[in-house]
Amino acid sequence: MPAIPSHVPEPSRTDPALIRNFCIIAHIDHGKSTLADRMLQLTGVVEQRQMRAQYLDRMDIERERGITIKSQAVRLPWAPTHDDSNTHILNMIDTPGHVDFTYEVSRSLAACEGCILLVDAAQGIEAQTLANLYLAMENDLTIIPVLNKIDLPAAQPEKFAGELANLIGCDPADVLRVSAKTGLGVEALLDRVVERVPAPVGNADAPARAMIFDSVYDSYRGVVTYVRVVDGQLNKRERIRMMSTGATHELLEIGTNSPEMLSSDGLGVGEVGYLITGVKDVRQSKVGDTVTSQHKGADDALGGYKEPKPMVFSGLYPLDGSDYPELREALDKLQLNDAALVYEPETSAALGFGFRVGFLGLLHLDVIRERLEREFGLDLIATAPNVVYRVIMEDGTEVTVTNPSEFPEGKLDEVFEPVVRATILAPTEFIGAIMELCQTRRGSLLGMDYLSEDRVEIRYTLPLAEIVFDFFDQLKSKTRGYASLDYEPTGEQSSSLVKVDILLHGDKVDAFSAITHKDQAYAYGVRLVAKLRELIPRQNFEVPVQAAIGSRVIARETIRAIRKDVLAKCYGGDISRKRKLLEKQKEGKKRMKMVGSVEVPQEAFIAVLSSDDGSGTAKGKK
Amino acid sequence: MPSALPDGDPVPADGALPASALAGAADRPLGFYLHVPYCATRCGYCDFNTYTASELRGTGGVLASRDTYAATLTDEVRLARKVLGDDPREVRTVFVGGGTPTLLPAADLVRVLGAIREEFGLAADAEVTTEANPESVGPAYLAELREGGFDRISFGMQSARRHVLKVLDRTHTPGRPEQCVAEARAAGFAHVNLDLIYGTPGESDDDWRASLDAALGAGPDHVSAYALIVEEGTRLARRIRRGEVPMTDDDVHADRYLIAEEMLSAAGFDWYEVSNWATSEAGRCRHNELYWTGADWWGAGPGAHSHVGGVRWWNVKHPAAYAAALAEGRSPGAGRELLTGEDRRVERVLLELRLREGVPLDLLRPDGLAAARRALADGLLRGGAYEEGRAALTLRGRLLADAVVRDLVD
Repeated sequence: MPAIPSHVPEPSRTDPALIRNFCIIAHIDHGKSTLADRMLQLTGVVEQRQMRAQYLDRMDIERERGITIKSQAVRLPWAPTHDDSNTHILNMIDTPGHVDFTYEVSRSLAACEGCILLVDAAQGIEAQTLANLYLAMENDLTIIPVLNKIDLPAAQPEKFAGELANLIGCDPADVLRVSAKTGLGVEALLDRVVERVPAPVGNADAPARAMIFDSVYDSYRGVVTYVRVVDGQLNKRERIRMMSTGATHELLEIGTNSPEMLSSDGLGVGEVGYLITGVKDVRQSKVGDTVTSQHKGADDALGGYKEPKPMVFSGLYPLDGSDYPELREALDKLQLNDAALVYEPETSAALGFGFRVGFLGLLHLDVIRERLEREFGLDLIATAPNVVYRVIMEDGTEVTVTNPSEFPEGKLDEVFEPVVRATILAPTEFIGAIMELCQTRRGSLLGMDYLSEDRVEIRYTLPLAEIVFDFFDQLKSKTRGYASLDYEPTGEQSSSLVKVDILLHGDKVDAFSAITHKDQAYAYGVRLVAKLRELIPRQNFEVPVQAAIGSRVIARETIRAIRKDVLAKCYGGDISRKRKLLEKQKEGKKRMKMVGSVEVPQEAFIAVLSSDDGSGTAKGKK
Repeated sequence: MPSALPDGDPVPADGALPASALAGAADRPLGFYLHVPYCATRCGYCDFNTYTASELRGTGGVLASRDTYAATLTDEVRLARKVLGDDPREVRTVFVGGGTPTLLPAADLVRVLGAIREEFGLAADAEVTTEANPESVGPAYLAELREGGFDRISFGMQSARRHVLKVLDRTHTPGRPEQCVAEARAAGFAHVNLDLIYGTPGESDDDWRASLDAALGAGPDHVSAYALIVEEGTRLARRIRRGEVPMTDDDVHADRYLIAEEMLSAAGFDWYEVSNWATSEAGRCRHNELYWTGADWWGAGPGAHSHVGGVRWWNVKHPAAYAAALAEGRSPGAGRELLTGEDRRVERVLLELRLREGVPLDLLRPDGLAAARRALADGLLRGGAYEEGRAALTLRGRLLADAVVRDLVD
């Protein structure tokens, strides 16, 4: 353990020439957090005895799933091993690791001059890493390629070094080899960061401009905003202005993380740190926005700011209707820390009171739902996720549809649906299976490249609606788990889409309405009514189950009336047993939802809404 | 394997009842059920508390013996006398069931009846029934019962078809139950019942019609017809699970029930409970009516259930444990429950709705009343009875009685 370096430059008084701002791009499980831990130790900011694995991942769910959702920045002093009197400041900016947070990733990247591309030496690069790598290259970051886990017996450093060199156009010999677990090679990596990553460049005399790359709600301190100063200087106790909204706030605290928050006098050009203004909601401190001084502030914001835009919607309903206020409170709390989470109350005839919730993507949906269930103890029914449709009526008016049951009935001129560019990386033996899957999901092939002899990158344009439900599960099952997927929204396309309604005993069940391509409507209708016929118990009367497009019925099944529901014998010894059975049945009845006059068990809703088509393969998400 | 007993509170060693159970007893009829837990062989569908000689061997020794069983039952009749104290009631009905009561000598059955007469007195018009297996009785046996005071007999006919009897493991030959009816009439029995089972795997609609024809031809004044229930833990359940015989089907049961109703009513029988038909009011089984109208009865014998004034209790199941308790002068009660007012209301709804007369509407709460109106509109309740303030089932309603009960108790 090297001692803490002497002459460590202080925040607000650090020469930009000594600053290196970098991030780590890596796939889940490729060892990013372990590497970060090792860097914290080697630079002495966290003592050995305080170490706990994956120091930077704070939320339990994240730690359990091995993913990082919210980024943080840590200021690391490092004197290069060949020049130990010249202490540099390394700001390590942790990036979100998943597909749904592309915009946040792009802002984290924009705060850096370089990035470490960290790849598991036993697995090679994955689609999401590749997507982020392309983002980094577009941002002109200096890339430091690193293979991790070289101590593993299954490691193939030669092969994957070749793959990385091929991707970024360097020599395979330039690919560093480390073991974050044992610490092997990490010092050399820190030296390489000092050597290769350019120092930040900015105008110290210009009005202050700092970019927000993360914004986190803390229940004790309010919103903590992470910034990278580009020009000028931000000082403690001055008033600042958010350039997208013009809102001003007093700077209650400014500082850096090492890794705990440490207040300072200010932050200068090229520096990375945090701001606390007392706001309580991350939507008042948005990722990508520019912070400037209120007095003599900048006129032009830094480029690249975007409002977060929900791409996927789902209705969330409490299983027990009386939990509705708890669900509202839980969503309110989550929103404090998640500017991308949007929701509004919604009433379903079938499911009662709930919320229509918008998400950035599928993982975002999963994480929110899991947090609601785990941290807030709620039992939820979630409707099948859907995308946003733009419907042009014949009279030229435009309707935005976020809930399939609200798809307009009248004369439609055109319907637009969002499309994405999907990138799939997989061993070459699965090319056929992947292309077949993408074709059935209305995909069109954009191109295909070999990363190495036996690994291929396939690019498709796909309607987002086709991948929001079970695409990832299908992809995994058809490639024995080897394929990885990334996608990014690329716009919209006009498609022949129709709404399929499901009717129970003549009553529309709003929760089951779906928008599908007209060629798939029939199959969807047939599958759903068959499934419902199995799941809904026989009633005292015959119940037709129909799928319909408008008034046209495309599929029909009948749940025959129950004709016998009586125990033949009821004598002296049967009475206690029968009364107890009745009590149990009454409990079961409480778990039924009435749809018109039909009793539908909650299990039927859950089964229909949560699983796919009974192809019997992958069940549930990731 | 016999079915499990419910969970309950312990029964005091002397069997004493709370004072509340005996309050107002004089206004309620009192009956006796006597359980005989023996069978020659166990039928594949049966989960009653009964034992074959080989099942008892080694487990009960002398205590569980058939030879001393009448004496043991008599002990419980004497215990009942003590527990009921100075209750002045005479016994209105006695019903001997099993098991196979007729595996005991007729004299044993008569002896226990004698004990009841001695301890409580029998009402002048008391109904005294025994169940009987067609293969285990003959004219002499029947005559002895009749002389000893029995006036009603119930034969387990089940079916007139050999292949159906075989699936049920019944050992009598087709035709024998009909002979039994004639023999019982000759011996002077005023009331004769035939038990039938429908919906046995392999039984056709025509088989069922043939069974009803044969039963009606024998001239009983009462018929009970039960859908075959496949009870967990029985041999039949295992055979169905293994695919050796097909599962019974509720829709088939519904069809068979309608056939029974049609043929029995054409022959002059009226239903008075979901599974019971009689040629006249006098032909109804008054003992079973005690169960359905919340009256009091003492059930003696292993596993037997009793009810007195809102207390239900049940005896230990095994004949050896039962005999041991009585031999030591303890109550054989294994557990009991004290019904709350709401329990008793729910029981009234679930029991009385099965009767032709139905349930008084004023027993229902607002939600139950609303449900009754819906059931009326759905054709499950009879309009005439409803006008008179009663929820009483239609023919279709009888087949859905449990569903109607679930709604009406709300």
